Amino acid sequence: MSKRELRLGNVRVLPKDLFPDFVKGLALFGKVYAPVVRPDGAHVFSPVERVADIDMAHPRTMLSPKKYLFPPETEMYQFSPEKGYFDPPVDTAKTVLLGVHPCDINGMLILDEVFRRYYVEPRYFARRQSLAVIGSSCEPDDKCFCKSMHSEYVDKGFDLFLTDIGDAHFVRMGTSIGDDIVAANPAVFRPVEDEDVRAYKHAENCRAQAYKAQVELDSLPQILELEYDSRVWKEAGDKCLSCGTCSSVCPTCYCYDLFDRLNLDVASGARVRRWDSCLFREHALVAGGHNFRDGRDSRMKNRYFHKQVGFVSEFGRPSCVGCGRCIEACPANISIIEMIKSLREEVKV
Amino acid sequence: MLAEKDIIYRADPHRPSPARLVGVQPLAPEHALFQFRFEDPKENERWTHRPGQFVMVSVVGTGEAPISICSSPSRRGVIELCVRNTGRVTSALHRLKEGAIVGLRGPYGNGYPVEKMKGQDILIVAGGLGMAPLRSLVWYVLDNRSDFGHVSLLYGTRTPEDVLFKGEIAGLVGRGDLETHLTVDKLVEDGQPWPHDVGVVTGLFKYVKDRVDPTRAYAAVTGPPIMYRFVLRELLALGFGKDRILMSLERRMKCGIGKCSHCAVGYKYTCIHGPIFTYWDAMNLPEMI
Repeated sequence: MSKRELRLGNVRVLPKDLFPDFVKGLALFGKVYAPVVRPDGAHVFSPVERVADIDMAHPRTMLSPKKYLFPPETEMYQFSPEKGYFDPPVDTAKTVLLGVHPCDINGMLILDEVFRRYYVEPRYFARRQSLAVIGSSCEPDDKCFCKSMHSEYVDKGFDLFLTDIGDAHFVRMGTSIGDDIVAANPAVFRPVEDEDVRAYKHAENCRAQAYKAQVELDSLPQILELEYDSRVWKEAGDKCLSCGTCSSVCPTCYCYDLFDRLNLDVASGARVRRWDSCLFREHALVAGGHNFRDGRDSRMKNRYFHKQVGFVSEFGRPSCVGCGRCIEACPANISIIEMIKSLREEVKV
Repeated sequence: MLAEKDIIYRADPHRPSPARLVGVQPLAPEHALFQFRFEDPKENERWTHRPGQFVMVSVVGTGEAPISICSSPSRRGVIELCVRNTGRVTSALHRLKEGAIVGLRGPYGNGYPVEKMKGQDILIVAGGLGMAPLRSLVWYVLDNRSDFGHVSLLYGTRTPEDVLFKGEIAGLVGRGDLETHLTVDKLVEDGQPWPHDVGVVTGLFKYVKDRVDPTRAYAAVTGPPIMYRFVLRELLALGFGKDRILMSLERRMKCGIGKCSHCAVGYKYTCIHGPIFTYWDAMNLPEMI
């Protein structure tokens, strides 16, 4: 073994013509989900039926992998007058997520913190531990601002990471599970040559140059605070429909509602957790009728402050990963990029 | 996949424990005191809380609501909650009979910083249902009386009927180790016997302002939002530092464990960083009161 191979023990090359064999080999590690194109053109993470359906170069899937860790609806526990509270089985089926972009991997790392801090939420981590993550590189479009949010690159949070280097994928192994996947499929990988390293560096450089959208993050928390009463909020609030789409598609939004769903006997049932949105009017409504965030502008402001101020003070980074989904999905055409630009301009007197 | 070592498993924090309603006492119109004991004796032994903390109460089929604990940790045995009949869960609670089973989980929130309050004068200002979390503090302070300096309680309600814990409060009025003053916004009928003040709660400050040293005192204030505005002004005028004024805030809550984000105010979760906030914290957070 040459010196270089030793040092590069955690990287391999996967020629694209062997990609179908690679996907087949993943079945050993769980049911494979990957971005596929729906007839209406939307990309969604779905079970892989044919390798040809996989499109890892998509700009973004409709929903992020959040839906596998924190499903839109979960039965937290069941209850009945006789048995009290008891747990339904937790889904720990082995799952392989293929084609997860760096923004979404960073999104999962942020959710890890959220579900770990203060009180550990065991269902989330049961799902998390049954999940293998195979990341893939992507080409930014005009809504991608992950680079501004320092989420365009990952050095953890994946088992394997594939970077497109032309006729092959440059493969980084992030965990011993990634190593296991490589070891179980020796025929589809080849060692890294000098040329591959050059191609990898070239691909990374090209991607870094390809960003069109940008958000200036410097002193943003302070600026948002100073512009707390800015007309920008009012104007955006007038456009906002309070539909909550931005939070559904967001890879790091985690607001939820808890409510009881009764069976027909009107005595037994389940406590259900369901995705909620801080944009909904009832989100901060208390018994007695007082609503702490009655205006649409105040709810929108709360969402921005939570991601861009609160998270920064607690974790040293915003919880936004710059995936651009909220911009793409907003029916009122509200863009976080434009919002932050306008708020920053307000500062220039 | 996440490494096994990264995760600390604990019981699911969302799941309540069965508790039995062992006593109900009407306190005022639409307000009652509910006494609970866990079904599992071990949980009763383990149970401890700080004044100012709250629990999540589940009534099977109606959901869950955050309710502050109104009993003192210095008086063990039952967990007491003073509840106003105002929402889905609380009205279901009010329909329950003694012996009924509910779900309880907690205690949650930060509670009053009782260690820091030691050796200090304590000024307690309660308005309406704000008496509930403060009752926990009152009894905690009285049961550890030698730890504190001058202690006073100013309590305002709308009418004499609305006074919570009437017998208990009447007993406090006579105590030498606690200075208690009561006021009501109005009497229900003229000539109603009421040997206390009529007017807003700030009208009671005149009785205690010369007895409290604001530089070595904490003020614990809980009441409706409108009350804060006037009480805060009064406390600042007396010379209280903003970090010596403790407020208990109410928010919509679903999880109680710092996740669902309903109670998020700016950078803080009311369920984790609160519900007790200093005025300094509160004034630096948007939409705090």
